[in-house]
Amino acid sequence: MAGSTPASPTVDAAVVVVPPKTRARQVTPWTDAWRRFRRHRLAVVSSVVLLAMILAVAFGPLLWRVQINDIDFTAMLQTPSRAHPLGTDDLGQDLLARMLYGGRISLAVGLAAMAVSVVVGTLVGAVAGISRGSVDAALMWLTDLFLSLPPLPVLLLIIYLFRDTLKTLVGPELGIFVLIVAAIGAFRWMITARLVRAQFFALREKEFVEAARALGASTFRVVVRHILPNALGPVIVAGTIDVAAAIITESTLSFLGLGFPPDIPTWGRILFDAKDVLDSAPHWALFAGGAIFLTVLAINFIGDGLRDALDPRRVM
Amino acid sequence: MSRYLIRRLLIAVPSLLGISLVLFTMLALAPGDPFGELATNPAIPPSVQASLRLKFGLDDPIPVRYLHWLTAMAHGDWGFSFVSRMDVDKLILQRLPTTIGVIGASQIVALLIALPVGVYAATRPYSIFDQIASTFALMGFSLPPFFTGLVFILVFSVGLNWFPFVFRSDLSASGLAWWWEEFKQCLMPITVLATFQAATWTRFVRSAVLDVIRLDYVTTARSKGLPESGVVLKHIVRNALIPVVTLIALQLPIVFSGAIVTEQIFRVPGIGSLLISAILANDTPVIMGVTFVFACLVVLFNLMADLIYGWLDPRISYR
Repeated sequence: MAGSTPASPTVDAAVVVVPPKTRARQVTPWTDAWRRFRRHRLAVVSSVVLLAMILAVAFGPLLWRVQINDIDFTAMLQTPSRAHPLGTDDLGQDLLARMLYGGRISLAVGLAAMAVSVVVGTLVGAVAGISRGSVDAALMWLTDLFLSLPPLPVLLLIIYLFRDTLKTLVGPELGIFVLIVAAIGAFRWMITARLVRAQFFALREKEFVEAARALGASTFRVVVRHILPNALGPVIVAGTIDVAAAIITESTLSFLGLGFPPDIPTWGRILFDAKDVLDSAPHWALFAGGAIFLTVLAINFIGDGLRDALDPRRVM
Repeated sequence: MSRYLIRRLLIAVPSLLGISLVLFTMLALAPGDPFGELATNPAIPPSVQASLRLKFGLDDPIPVRYLHWLTAMAHGDWGFSFVSRMDVDKLILQRLPTTIGVIGASQIVALLIALPVGVYAATRPYSIFDQIASTFALMGFSLPPFFTGLVFILVFSVGLNWFPFVFRSDLSASGLAWWWEEFKQCLMPITVLATFQAATWTRFVRSAVLDVIRLDYVTTARSKGLPESGVVLKHIVRNALIPVVTLIALQLPIVFSGAIVTEQIFRVPGIGSLLISAILANDTPVIMGVTFVFACLVVLFNLMADLIYGWLDPRISYR
């Protein structure tokens, strides 16, 4: 019924034909998923765009050897030119170098925060899903409590309270990185936890789990070998969306002037610095904002494609 | 109905307590005496310091401090803002109506966009309209509010000079002219917030309608010869709205994030910009107060969602 509807409307409807059954190669679930993912053209294009961006921020600074803090007062707020392909900021610093450097931080924060939220969410969801009764109830109460906390105000509160301690503990750059990653991760795990728990509830009474149990598998082995791999599809989709959300959150914090310090130009920080000269140097803000938008859009499209590929029943 | 309401209110109390516990634990775990900035000020003599520490109960064990703090909050004693030189609760009450007005208006605008677009797209799945709407929805929720806000300022304030980009609470006009000015300066913040919300909700509405539209009772309604508009409005939309209300309620905390950013960009004097300025000025009582108010708003809106839920689905209400 509703389940036969692919989640995404941008999927190529014309190609939704049953593939020929006679195949020489063995079809694993992953090749099957890849086949479905490829059908979502925008997701494939987005993967290429995202890959290009990751390569650019990873290897770009090696090719474009301008320092991010080369101050040049003769070239302030310049529009794009041959010497500065993306123009300069109010101190005459090269924007391309700063954007490449900031992209590293922004993408690293996104991926690291996703890892935190997926690990915590899977752990909480799995424990809640496999144990019944009071443990499950307590963990779900905690999940609901975190869901009803407004994330940005609480994030701001955490950063306000703890930033000085961490700065003295592990140094200003690493300290703020750890703080932001942990704080963003700590407020994104709830959806994953709920998804994993729901999957566990559906899977743990299935026959193959029963069979494994009857063969004497321990609870840990049943969870890790049999239930978890089958519950991963929605987690991967949620994780992809988490990367985008974490990048937006980090940019928001930096944009409010409460994220990374001025000498670490993340995309949000560049936007924060640029917003006061919006009328005279719009290119400054537009490049940074455009980079955030493009990255987040690409990740969201990939998430959309992955949803079709891995989780075709969940239409949301 | 009133029993249902009371039950829901009673369920809201533990979550408020939980939120206050989380907030206070963070405050207690934080290094230093965030409440005791005054007590460590060298300009204040030791005897005053001691009495202040006693008054704030800084040397009590943490559970006792939590109880003190909680009873003080419940009595409306939210502390004193040393930066603004006024009581925190008065300060927040001054700013709150603006925030609620901007958020409320943007939610209504978002709903007015998302409902028709989502329903229309879902009744014609995979049509051109559906594809365009869905692509735009995905783009809309990939656009962070701070970037939309800056682009709006760039286009409509700097470029076209249509709207002011700094929100003024001291408009000199009066009567109808005041309303016009107020409308003009509210338009951009509301649109920025509404764009993001409308994009998210369009996806919710579309998928919820898609879930319902192929159920047997809809086919039955059609085969009875009911007009299509009646089928869509009375049979499909009402049932599709049930999960949408839940999802909207779950989304609300994120709305507040957008509201804080929007207020900061357009300098709207609401509690969001109050929070940012309090953090920049190390004004702990205000930060705690505003965070708690945001949390209360989430609980309040969840309560409203529950009531709407009960109205939409008579099976679950009044239980």
